[in-house]
Amino acid sequence: MGISNIVFLIVFVAAVAAFTYQVRKIRRNILLGRDTDRSDRPAERFKTMARVALGQSKMVVRPFAGLMHIFIYVGFVIINIEVLEIIIDGIFGTHRVFAPLGPAYDFLIASFEILAVLVLVACVVFLIRRYAGDIRRFRMKELTGWPKTDAYIILWVEIILMGAFLTMNAADGALQVRNDPHYVQAGSFPVSGLFVPLLANLDSSVLIATERTAWWAHIVGILLFLNYLPISKHFHIILAFPNTYFSNLNDQGKFTNMNRVTDEVKLMMDPDADPYAAPPPAEDNPGVPEKFGAKDVPDLTWKNLMDAYSCTECGRCTAECPANITGKKLSPRKIMMDTRDRMEEIGKNIDKHGKDYDDGKSLLGDYITPEELWACTTCNACVQACPVNISPLEIIVDLRRYLVMEESKSPSELTGMFNNIENNGAPWAFAQADRLKWAEEA
Amino acid sequence: MSEPVKVPTMAEMLASGEVPEVLFWVGCAGSFDDRAKKITKAIVKILHKAEVKFAVLGTEEGCTGDPAKRAGNEFLFQMQAMMNIQVLNGYEVKSIVTGCPHCFNTIKNEYPDLGGNYEVLHHTQFIRKLIKDGRLKMKGGGKFKGKRITFHDPCYLGRGNGEYEAPRDLLEKLDAELTEMRRCKSKGLCCGAGGAQMFKEAEPGNKEVNIERTEEALGLKPQVIATGCPFCNTMMTDGVKNAEKEAETAVMDVAELIANAEDL
Repeated sequence: MGISNIVFLIVFVAAVAAFTYQVRKIRRNILLGRDTDRSDRPAERFKTMARVALGQSKMVVRPFAGLMHIFIYVGFVIINIEVLEIIIDGIFGTHRVFAPLGPAYDFLIASFEILAVLVLVACVVFLIRRYAGDIRRFRMKELTGWPKTDAYIILWVEIILMGAFLTMNAADGALQVRNDPHYVQAGSFPVSGLFVPLLANLDSSVLIATERTAWWAHIVGILLFLNYLPISKHFHIILAFPNTYFSNLNDQGKFTNMNRVTDEVKLMMDPDADPYAAPPPAEDNPGVPEKFGAKDVPDLTWKNLMDAYSCTECGRCTAECPANITGKKLSPRKIMMDTRDRMEEIGKNIDKHGKDYDDGKSLLGDYITPEELWACTTCNACVQACPVNISPLEIIVDLRRYLVMEESKSPSELTGMFNNIENNGAPWAFAQADRLKWAEEA
Repeated sequence: MSEPVKVPTMAEMLASGEVPEVLFWVGCAGSFDDRAKKITKAIVKILHKAEVKFAVLGTEEGCTGDPAKRAGNEFLFQMQAMMNIQVLNGYEVKSIVTGCPHCFNTIKNEYPDLGGNYEVLHHTQFIRKLIKDGRLKMKGGGKFKGKRITFHDPCYLGRGNGEYEAPRDLLEKLDAELTEMRRCKSKGLCCGAGGAQMFKEAEPGNKEVNIERTEEALGLKPQVIATGCPFCNTMMTDGVKNAEKEAETAVMDVAELIANAEDL
């Protein structure tokens, strides 16, 4: 084992450890949320995951962007087989350790190269769309600053990684032609092979230096990128799978039932109930009655929070939102981004000040305004549009519940509507006794 | 139009020892809104024509609680729901047809958690079943033959419950020229009324949702914009009026189209 292998091992272990550390933080943050049971119907859940995440079924609703995304997605997954070889080579000082696979190896390398080109094409197309395209969802307010930079970083890094991969192969191919003893005859290079003649005049030492530099750039780039994921929207490449597995499997029109309210309403309707009975304590915090609805991130469910970390800010939800289309403040994508930002803020507070620190801020109010919430028509267009089955609607409704039931803050017309339903069983001020009058009118 | 049709109530049925095949849940809009009442009557005519033994709750019916729940008032929703469930279970109701996708969704999806379990159909699903079972015979499109019709998907029928075909199957029976908006079925644009927006002013923006949607529909130059929801009907009717196209384009419920085609 040479010095370079030791360096590699240290870099590799450090990268994996740092990634694990970051993922554990995300897991902790997600588990700040309330419990919700998503363990039923495992077969249906696997099917949903296979169809939506693995099969990209909702991405291709927009065929062009969907196809480009599939290039990058398939490229990412398949080319990672190559990463396995690189890691083994890196640790043991071998070179192209899978080469004995022979024709199968040639086939693998050839398909990696073709995929690499497709990834490059897709990244360039995506960059053009973002830099120069006239796509409203990429031009909106919530996508300025870091979210915009984040998107560009991801695309440029992918271009650099693919470039390094192809450069490495080109140099390797040129060295193979010269029968360099270290560079075994292995692989088929349909793309980088085209560049081999251009390298014919270079000295072997230059080629070896190029190949080594590209090799290191490729693998170190990947390890750095791995550690970039948890602070980036790009984390969706991991969470897309669990997030679709834990999808809401009910009809989208069904809103969750609040069991705590059911208990109270049953008490109210029960003539034998004890009116002075103390309210049951919250499950996770005995002594404090549970809030009705959500004011802050810990009041949401862990699935809502996983949704927020799974969001890659594509904005398809917002592009379909009737409120947003007609100029209202509501943007379902912003709801998800705010939830994630607030969750990160709470996470940092926990790191710095401990578990029970209260910074006096909340998701509702400091991040999301009532005006945004009251613009929602609950039409489910955002839920339908999301390629990874995120539900901004659940968060919107839970925040509305807090506004209405804890703070009695609803638009005055809605208060009137509530009163009507309560007093005469209809949202308008018509008497219940007149409900059948229509039958008398011809 | 014609003489009043007989609408039996569950109380009357019970008194005479009869059990209806299905309960017709009229809904608040269908009971009180002048435009929606016409849809209610069209559904009743179809039920009579197909000789369906049905009943309504009449004065015992109350709001399902849908707008309260969507607005975040879970208390009010559950109180309404439990009162309705007491009444429905008291009459041992098994099967319900609703005249509104909001009532449909709420009773079908949200009442079971509170002890109300029924087979619930939206009126377009029920009418399609009547035709399929040979109980309602369509003689052809009647006055709608060859007319240009576009269907606006109600959110709580379409995306909410995955029912895109029942209303379209019925429209096909009219021998009309069915034309789809770009945003249809799972991509259908809301009319702007859902989530309790019907009962409040829209938040500040640059356009009303119903105007956006009606413009899209009117772009197809249809003679009829068909809907399956009394709230969509109101929103689209307002949109057509706003565009001053009432002379060219009518907004009608699928049930009305079927009833009118059959001269019921």
